[in-house]
Amino acid sequence: MLEFLRRPRTRAQARAAIILLAVLLAVLPFLVEAGLSRSWVRVLDFALLYVILALGLNIVVGYAGLLDLGFVAFYALGAYLYAWLASPHFGLHLPFWAILPLGATLAGVFGVLLGAPTLRLRGDYLAIVTLGFGEIIRIFMNNLNAPVNITNGPQGINLIDPVTIAGISFGKTQQLFGITFSSAHFYYYLFLAFTLVTVFIAYRLQDSRIGRAWAAIREDEVAAAAMGINTRNIKLLAFAMGAVFGGVAGGLFAAFQGFISPESFTLWESILILCMIVLGGMGHIPGVILGAVLLTVLPEALRYLGDWQRAAVGEVVVDPGDLRMLLFGVALVLMMIYRPEGLIPSRQRKREFHAEDGVAAQEQASLYDSRA
Amino acid sequence: MRHARRIGFILTLGLAMGLTGCGQKTENTDGAQIVRIGSVAPLTGPQAHIGKDNDNGARLAVEEINAQGLTLGGKKVRLELLSEDDQADPKTATIVAQKLVDAGVAAVIGHLNSGTTIPASKYYHDAGIPQISPSATAIAYTAQGYKNAYRVMANDEQQGRVLGLYAVQKLMARKIAIIDDRTAYGQGLADEFERAARAAGAEIVTREYTNDRATDFTAILTAIKGKNPDLVFFGGMDPQAGPMAQQMKRLGLAARFLGGDGMQNANFLKLAGEGAEGAIASSPGLPLDAMPGGPAFKQKFAAKYGQIQLYAPYAYDAVMVLVDAMRRADSPEPAKVLAELPKTDYQGVTGQIRFDAKGDILGGAVTLYQAKGGVWQVLETIQ
Amino acid sequence: MEIFVQQLINGLVLGSIYALVALGYTMVYGILELINFAHGEVTMMGAMVALTVIGLLLGLNPELPGLLVVLAGVLIAVPACMLLAFAIEKVAYRPLRRAPRLAPLITAIGVSIVLQNAAMLIWGRQYISFPQILPQMSFTVLGAHVTSLQIFIVLLCMTMMAGLWWLVQKTRLGRAMRATAQSKEVAMLMGVDIDRVISATFVIGAALAAIAGVLVSAYYGLAHYYMGFMLGLKAFSAAVLGGIGNIAGAMLGGLLLGIIEALGAGYIGDFTGGFLGSHYQDVFAFFVLILVLVFRPSGLLGERVASRA
Repeated sequence: MLEFLRRPRTRAQARAAIILLAVLLAVLPFLVEAGLSRSWVRVLDFALLYVILALGLNIVVGYAGLLDLGFVAFYALGAYLYAWLASPHFGLHLPFWAILPLGATLAGVFGVLLGAPTLRLRGDYLAIVTLGFGEIIRIFMNNLNAPVNITNGPQGINLIDPVTIAGISFGKTQQLFGITFSSAHFYYYLFLAFTLVTVFIAYRLQDSRIGRAWAAIREDEVAAAAMGINTRNIKLLAFAMGAVFGGVAGGLFAAFQGFISPESFTLWESILILCMIVLGGMGHIPGVILGAVLLTVLPEALRYLGDWQRAAVGEVVVDPGDLRMLLFGVALVLMMIYRPEGLIPSRQRKREFHAEDGVAAQEQASLYDSRA
Repeated sequence: MRHARRIGFILTLGLAMGLTGCGQKTENTDGAQIVRIGSVAPLTGPQAHIGKDNDNGARLAVEEINAQGLTLGGKKVRLELLSEDDQADPKTATIVAQKLVDAGVAAVIGHLNSGTTIPASKYYHDAGIPQISPSATAIAYTAQGYKNAYRVMANDEQQGRVLGLYAVQKLMARKIAIIDDRTAYGQGLADEFERAARAAGAEIVTREYTNDRATDFTAILTAIKGKNPDLVFFGGMDPQAGPMAQQMKRLGLAARFLGGDGMQNANFLKLAGEGAEGAIASSPGLPLDAMPGGPAFKQKFAAKYGQIQLYAPYAYDAVMVLVDAMRRADSPEPAKVLAELPKTDYQGVTGQIRFDAKGDILGGAVTLYQAKGGVWQVLETIQ
Repeated sequence: MEIFVQQLINGLVLGSIYALVALGYTMVYGILELINFAHGEVTMMGAMVALTVIGLLLGLNPELPGLLVVLAGVLIAVPACMLLAFAIEKVAYRPLRRAPRLAPLITAIGVSIVLQNAAMLIWGRQYISFPQILPQMSFTVLGAHVTSLQIFIVLLCMTMMAGLWWLVQKTRLGRAMRATAQSKEVAMLMGVDIDRVISATFVIGAALAAIAGVLVSAYYGLAHYYMGFMLGLKAFSAAVLGGIGNIAGAMLGGLLLGIIEALGAGYIGDFTGGFLGSHYQDVFAFFVLILVLVFRPSGLLGERVASRA
């Protein structure tokens, strides 16, 4: 969709497309609520949240080629910082615009802390260390209720303040300009704004000197260093930038949910975000967005398997709960076999995957291959 | 352009998927009004066996009520149970909660874990529909000030206190070691137990921890053995308690093994094997066999779904309490049912069910059992 | 002192099991540079199949000698898992052999989810208990308790690892494996049928996994469709700790990880004056892992890969 926007035939077409997209995004929650139900607006909210997360991880994995399996740690840090500063837990109730930058900074600092010792590691060694880091953060969150109660342990932190803008609390259903906005609608627009900013930053980063330096490191670290790129700083910057998006998303999640506990920040979450990137098309922003939306919506849509069976056969033959995750797994495998470059790959990657000339075949062997 | 078309296709597919899902609204079949009740528990993942058990308990109750026939406000009513899977994940729990609210359920039975029950309760509260959890025991659930949140099981505080006093006063434990599984349930129960046991004068020699995926406890048990306790308390579930009891025996740790309702089930006995012998565990309510409808429930459940895992009787009672309130209100309308729920006085298979102002079960007996010769035998019921 | 000896024994047994599973990871990685995430699930399948056979046999005749029954379970589970691994490799990994490495990683995660949920559909959600039919003898060594099963587990793991080493170093197939690991193209030019070699690697790894699965469920007395995930993760960490792709490394890593976990859980509280307790057992294990990798980026026994980026 965005691909199409970026290469319009004429200016007028481009403008029309952008306006169309803007209108669609603006009315989407109401369309979804009318056509489906309000729970789908919530699914939409989570889809946007995962778009932010996936774009953040995409910086580390897609741009800089560093396989990170502990991304959820930054998400957790952002969420916990929000909970600490805006809930009865410590009795603090700061406004969200004050907390989110703090959360982003905290996550960014931890991104550098994680990045620093792992600079020498490559590929799967990096994967296991980042995985360990993610688990360490989660275990600390789960246990820091004694001797001093910092995180309230496995019980989690409840009654987190919702976002309030101009006196409007996003936690309640309200009438504005004669239109009924539920909590899910408010957060949709908030998340949409953050998503658009994230997409913008992601594009600017990709096309910047830094973005090209990341690509250079990804393709060949030694050559990149030879070209005068400070590989250490550039790698740390990738970790930090990715972490910042994770931290922001975490803060939004905490405000949206009103309750957080360590159960929300498991290894599975990191794996899921990675799947989104790879499925959609690694390193390519429209692909990553599609991957995040699909993997959020698909498992929810599969919930309706039971209803379909009832409609078609008159009874539930196979319990949908039993099949949901099975189908999810099958979808992952089939997807990778038949379209390993992702749903919307960048033109470069696509060429490499369907190599017809020798040069492309060579590139194919090296791309994203940390051992080469 | 090919991309645009493809995305269009995917979007249409997604919409079509959703629309079929929403196709059915409250239509009447054979003249009866359909009243939907939500049932939420993890149906996939490591706790799926307990989740399915809850769901089956609720389903049995619904089927029985439908077979008997229910008339509210002069109209025939048929209950329909909508089962949802929250994967024991707080985020999924809120999506499921919103989905049930959208589906227009009259009430929700669930969720299973405290970690999912608490975030979901906000949505049921906002929608003004009753929520009765069969098994969430964290104190925070009913402490939020929601007038629609109930549970039919003693909370961590109630049970932990009984266990702590029992360990010190009846079992004469002086040096106690405590293990918990770092879940909201296990940690909550162990904390309350520790508080009560300390207050009663026992010494807590060590506190050790494991997690709800672990199977190897030899390291912490060995550390405990070095402290020579005369009682080991475990806050957690049967999949850990079973192997733990076995490993205690293997390591020659001779202390008594005590736990909560999470291990007072047949699965523990099977998993612990010979290690189960002598273990003591509590369960809220009266023993099932001592209840008027208990043995019958056991039989009915076994005929349909096999052995009871854990909380099925509670899920069953939760539905019964709800329908009881509907009958008194003579309506399935949530607002009217909520007005009746505080007045509940129901004789369920798990015991006498009455609620306090917060929605916690009132008084509530706790029964202690001991594993002897491969079965749980009732020690005593503490009121 | 006896507490310390006991903790060492605890760690040794746990570590042997990790090592056995880690071998499967390390063999596949050594040849394909693929993290076979589904390996933990193959272990689970081994335990489940064996338990089904054991249940059937005991149902037919409860008087059968326990050792024989368990052996029959293993004899069915091993080929079943080998077949499964063969199929997984053929269906899910072979088409992706030329794809960039993240693609097969995602497939591996997908296969892992499929196997878990398939097992849930077949065997149900319940924890299945392992019948206590194996003869159990208990010994006391330096004041610590050891059972016959524990000794058996450690000895069996050692034997299997020695056997595997022999296979890789001394046989024709082993030579083909090592050649494929170094360079698929050159191996192919030398007449090695690399498809067969890769299949063989998966199948051998699966056989070890099946045996490990049965051992784990016999030792802990239970099996569950979810049991493979954590076991796989720990075993993978062990393989990385020792230097992934290296058989001796997997063994060393497994044993070390087991002992680190046991000593960590046992003593971390005393070390830190009660500030950190046994709930930080995994933190401790991961911390050691990270520390080792920071100073030896390719694991304890891993070859030093030149900076080729």
